[in-house]
Amino acid sequence: MDFSLSKKEELFLQMIREFAENEVKPLAAEVDDEEKFPMETVEKLGKIGVMGIPIPVEYGGQGGTNLMYGMAVEELSRACATTGVIVSAHTSLCMAPILEHGTEEQKKKYLPKLASGEWIGAFGLTEPNAGTDAAMQQTTAVDAGDKWILNGSKIFITNAGYAHVYIVMAMTDKSKGTKGISAFIVEKGFKGFSIGKKEKKMGIRGSATCELIFENCEVPKENLLGELGKGFKIAMMTLDGGRIGIAAQALGIAQGAMDATVKYTKERKQFGRSIAQFQNTQFQMADLETKVQAARLLVRSASFKKDQHVPFSADAAMAKLFAAETAMEVTTKCVQFHGGYGYTREYPVERMMRDAKITEIYEGTSEVQRMVIAGKLFK
Amino acid sequence: MNIVVCIKQVPDTTEIKIDPVKGTLIRDGVPSIMNPDDKGGLEVALQLKDKFGAHVTVITMGLPMAEAILREALAMGADRAILLTDRKLAGADTLATSNAIAGLLRTLDYDLVITGRQAIDGDTAQVGPQIAEHLGLPQVSYVAGVEYDGKNTLTIRKEDEDAYQILEVELPAVLTVLAPAFKPRYMTVSGIINAYDTHEIEIWGADKIDVDEKKLGLNGSPTRVKKSFTKPQKVAGEVYEVTPEEAVGLIVSKLKEKFII
Repeated sequence: MDFSLSKKEELFLQMIREFAENEVKPLAAEVDDEEKFPMETVEKLGKIGVMGIPIPVEYGGQGGTNLMYGMAVEELSRACATTGVIVSAHTSLCMAPILEHGTEEQKKKYLPKLASGEWIGAFGLTEPNAGTDAAMQQTTAVDAGDKWILNGSKIFITNAGYAHVYIVMAMTDKSKGTKGISAFIVEKGFKGFSIGKKEKKMGIRGSATCELIFENCEVPKENLLGELGKGFKIAMMTLDGGRIGIAAQALGIAQGAMDATVKYTKERKQFGRSIAQFQNTQFQMADLETKVQAARLLVRSASFKKDQHVPFSADAAMAKLFAAETAMEVTTKCVQFHGGYGYTREYPVERMMRDAKITEIYEGTSEVQRMVIAGKLFK
Repeated sequence: MNIVVCIKQVPDTTEIKIDPVKGTLIRDGVPSIMNPDDKGGLEVALQLKDKFGAHVTVITMGLPMAEAILREALAMGADRAILLTDRKLAGADTLATSNAIAGLLRTLDYDLVITGRQAIDGDTAQVGPQIAEHLGLPQVSYVAGVEYDGKNTLTIRKEDEDAYQILEVELPAVLTVLAPAFKPRYMTVSGIINAYDTHEIEIWGADKIDVDEKKLGLNGSPTRVKKSFTKPQKVAGEVYEVTPEEAVGLIVSKLKEKFII
């Protein structure tokens, strides 16, 4: 067993770190403060291939691994969690289901433009009355001969408004419960599709989170993704992969807070010495560092399993559960190490603490992750 | 157009420490990077490739570990990479180094040779100009701007300390490039993958280059290091927060104190 990165992965890490440090970090406070979607950064990410890392070259992607994709989300989130989730939702929630469940025509039509970053992707499952209980879908899709007619709404949709392609779940047969849910590829500009209210959020404030509205929305027949009635299964499989992205995002936030706090505690002097010289600081930071490294091993192990095409559902759930709770604990304690300054926006840990919270909630709450893990344990 | 860019692997001097007793660089644990001016030179080549189409070869002389910067150059967009590594080259000063590189260049087809202005470990700025002399090529050093007419002439902005010159040079020629003028592009993800999965680094020994062996390595190096030492650190200056009027008086009195005026 080998825990080291290959030289190729090391070089990739060098590149994405340089990019995050020079292009992403300087904008992070502004992105948060002004709730600004970092479009310029997304364009730059497209140019260097980060919008299509694990997509095969034949579909316009980079032919990279999920391990590299996770490393990219981690490093971007270390500088700016908003930027991290834009890449994560785009890659895991939109491109991955098209790659894994799409027809050859769908893959050829959508993946090259998404993987190059020319288009941004999004995913719509959650509804006002269907959160963790995702089976309670009320959005419907009716077969109208040559097209599908969608009605209903989705909420809390990451990248909404900026995305060109949305993977949308809708009921095609209410009598069949979860087996009556189907997945559709909906393009921005389809008749009857519009973007609703934009949420004002605690953290990841630069990412656009909006409602999707379908009013007799016309979706071409060929835009059914996967088989009829397999939408719920596709959604669950998609979220398994998505959890690797969110776990990597949480890990990045935690690492970013550690970086800032190591620097601050070495500089900040109280009682005649740096606060890093106090044993309380050292012991607490040692515990946090240990948890961050443990989270990294879980994230990389889940990514590795996905790359090996072996079951990784519980691994992704454990990675997300542990990384998200680590991010919350690390950022909360890092604010404490900064004292009063940590509560202000002069230092990045305040933003990181707000950003960390969402990782315990979206793409399955921590409770859902425990359900997934327990489900495997007691099957 | 065939462009050859000479690059060097150097310790990242922003992270380097100096042994206070021996006065030498402590290289242990210091990351190795592509010399910044050389990276600027590679960027010049890649910009010419983007605009006019060019085949870009990167070459380096060094230890086998210098392969890392060649992979980085390929990941940025270079087409071919050659590592010149041989025990016979060890101990080379700038003259022996430039002889070896000129020997390598004699075996390649090129229209333009680009080097960095200087390497951050030695700071001599000699190798680029020496290569040009060995090959009998025109050279422009301290390059901060390059325009190409698409045929045979480059128009160069050459930076001097307090002025600049606009020069024309006919190809083939040697340029030595300043990093700050050319922000290097990022490697691309597919570039990184191909740098390892598709490209091969060509490993060359001294037998493959066109040069008299006596001119290589320690034997070909007239330079001898007499002593290396650390410059004594200056003490921190004094900071005054005063109005401009007070500042004038203060500066004049300080200069008088030091018998400068």
